[in-house]
Amino acid sequence: MPREGVLVHRIYERLSKDQMERIHNASMEILTRPGIMCYNKEAADIFSSFGAKVNALPSSGCWQVSIPEALVLGALETTPKVVKLGARSEENSLILDGSEPRVYFASGSETNIWLDMRVESFVSKSDGSVEIKLATFHPRRGMLADLCAAARLGEHLDNLDGFIRPVNIQDEDITEENKDVNKFFACLNNMTKHIMAGLTSLDKLDEVVRMAELIAGGKEELRRNPLISFITCVFKSPLQLVDDTTQKCIEITRRGVPLVISSSPQGGSTAPIKEDGMVAQINAEILGGITLSQLVSPGASVIYGSVPTRAGLDDLADTYGVPEFNNYNIDCVQMARFYGLPCYSTAGVADVKVPGIQATVERLFSQIVIALCGAQYIHYAFGLLDKTATFCPVQAVVDDAHIGMVKSLLRAPKVDEVEVAASLEQIRQVMTTPNKLFVRYIRPKLRSGEVTLPYPFEGDKVTDDVFIRAHERMQELLKRPVEHIPPETSERIFREVPGLLPRLNTYREG
Amino acid sequence: MTDDIIEQIKQNVIQGRMDKEDEGFDGGMVGQPGVKELVQQALDMGTDPRRMVTEGLTEAMSIVGERFEAKDYFIPDMLASAETVGEAMDILAPHLAKSGMATKGKVIMATVKGDLHDIGKNIVSIILKGAGYEVNDMGADVTPERIVAIVTEEKPDFIGLSALLTTTMMAMKETIESLAEAGLRDKVKVIIGGAPTSAEFAAEIGADGYGADAFQAVRVVEELKQRS
Repeated sequence: MPREGVLVHRIYERLSKDQMERIHNASMEILTRPGIMCYNKEAADIFSSFGAKVNALPSSGCWQVSIPEALVLGALETTPKVVKLGARSEENSLILDGSEPRVYFASGSETNIWLDMRVESFVSKSDGSVEIKLATFHPRRGMLADLCAAARLGEHLDNLDGFIRPVNIQDEDITEENKDVNKFFACLNNMTKHIMAGLTSLDKLDEVVRMAELIAGGKEELRRNPLISFITCVFKSPLQLVDDTTQKCIEITRRGVPLVISSSPQGGSTAPIKEDGMVAQINAEILGGITLSQLVSPGASVIYGSVPTRAGLDDLADTYGVPEFNNYNIDCVQMARFYGLPCYSTAGVADVKVPGIQATVERLFSQIVIALCGAQYIHYAFGLLDKTATFCPVQAVVDDAHIGMVKSLLRAPKVDEVEVAASLEQIRQVMTTPNKLFVRYIRPKLRSGEVTLPYPFEGDKVTDDVFIRAHERMQELLKRPVEHIPPETSERIFREVPGLLPRLNTYREG
Repeated sequence: MTDDIIEQIKQNVIQGRMDKEDEGFDGGMVGQPGVKELVQQALDMGTDPRRMVTEGLTEAMSIVGERFEAKDYFIPDMLASAETVGEAMDILAPHLAKSGMATKGKVIMATVKGDLHDIGKNIVSIILKGAGYEVNDMGADVTPERIVAIVTEEKPDFIGLSALLTTTMMAMKETIESLAEAGLRDKVKVIIGGAPTSAEFAAEIGADGYGADAFQAVRVVEELKQRS
């Protein structure tokens, strides 16, 4: 049985069917005129061989590719509508079905800053007898040990369904050469849920896939249970197919590992700020990538990956805590559904640098809304601050609780003949009792999980201790054991996959 | 055999299972005897009712209290367990009287004049009963005159007054004054509670204690009992 996630009962949609068709038509026009600028020769050749109009632009070092609608529609025909994301423990697998609004929440994505929290005491200047405890936050460079800790923590966060590494590993002995194998091993060895990541160096792809095969039990087992998947942002918006990520897309597709084809234009700078223009462009970019993947390998498991943001008005940085961000993202989820494809979407990022009220408002704002519209895989949902520049593990613990509440909120109502009859009987029964209280009937629902527990980080009624309590919870979770890769498999990985740092070996003596 | 049935009573109180219709925590216990049936069975077997109270009901409630403190149990669990104890005490009362074991004390509960909100008062009544007190719940909108009359008649050890509204909380003061005018104020301890009230307000109107919630109410009653 895969993870349950939450099956959204009634999805929220912004776009009407006519509007979706209008967006689709606009995207098709974009792909033909102006078309895309392709900086990858192999991709230009592939498009050309399948009938796309390709013109070399030597002065720009790229090819102008005009992709006809028929090519896109043909590719959509072969694109799988259901994608399985496997896991080291198969009960943690995720089934992403384009026709079913079952929502999974995931972490992400490679911040440089790890935000530690400390609890400190402060004494009032006006009354020395008044002392309060407050959370203080301390940024530092993210390291490999932090990634291991984030994976261990993620393993124990009940509502984290999939894992994308939330921190960039910046140890002195981590290089471009060994980064991929170490980051994947750190994640895989510390959690049994699905691991998704971008690839730093294309020439390390086969080593990472080999590692996954060893864990899965062979090539075929990995195909059956793809416990890793990749993300490539093939387009640099607007409409430029990047050489490096395009090549990664081609090679990953050839190896049969699931792939998120994402695009992340910024409304107002690299895409129109207007909703229709932004969504038409990102949709064109994602479809351009999906088309390429299917031309390379028809039937390849790819996921519609949408990460549209809005330009910050003071710094032109990506902005997540604004309503337009939600509008763009909801529309993308709808467009993915329009094609019957599962959607990798985005929610839960705060623009502010530290946890607090602003962060909570910004993250919940999108977590609720994007889940409500039925995105299958919502990344960025845990611990991200400062517009994705910072990861705070305590914030991730708080997010886990909030996402649990969101999942409860979206469950289908139980209103049928049997349930109503039981309620009527309950009401009649209670009316015969002296106190006329329904409290007794809470208990079975509480035990079955239908009634949510009290807010887990509530203070003592006069103080807001959310982060202090979440910090305690985080420390408790980090002490819990995790199921590592078994010793014999681990030993084989260290023997066959070059570049792994010995300190990652759980079974190393001394 | 006696030990077995007392242990079963204890476990069923911990689970808050009133009778055989009760499905229990995990839903699979329908048909198995609950506290009501077990207490009756124990009596039929000639089990000492005092042992049922001390080793069954009281020990069970002590465990329930620990679980509540540890946040393993919530209010519905406490109330369900307390309700089973209240039911058991109703069955055992005549037998306990015969064996010379008195209840912990008699409490009159009432929501004061002009106020119809009785959820909080009902919960306190259940918890007090579960703690071994004899509780006479007079309901809501109870006038000071009715309270004076029942205190005269039943001679309770405690009165619990409840109010939810700022407009009715002053009826608590009126009730206490009526008790004083009737010469009954030193014969009964008055504890108040309800959303708009506080320990300060209790002191201001001359009440003997204040319970912020049902559990504090029981603690206050226990403390006042020890002091008297």
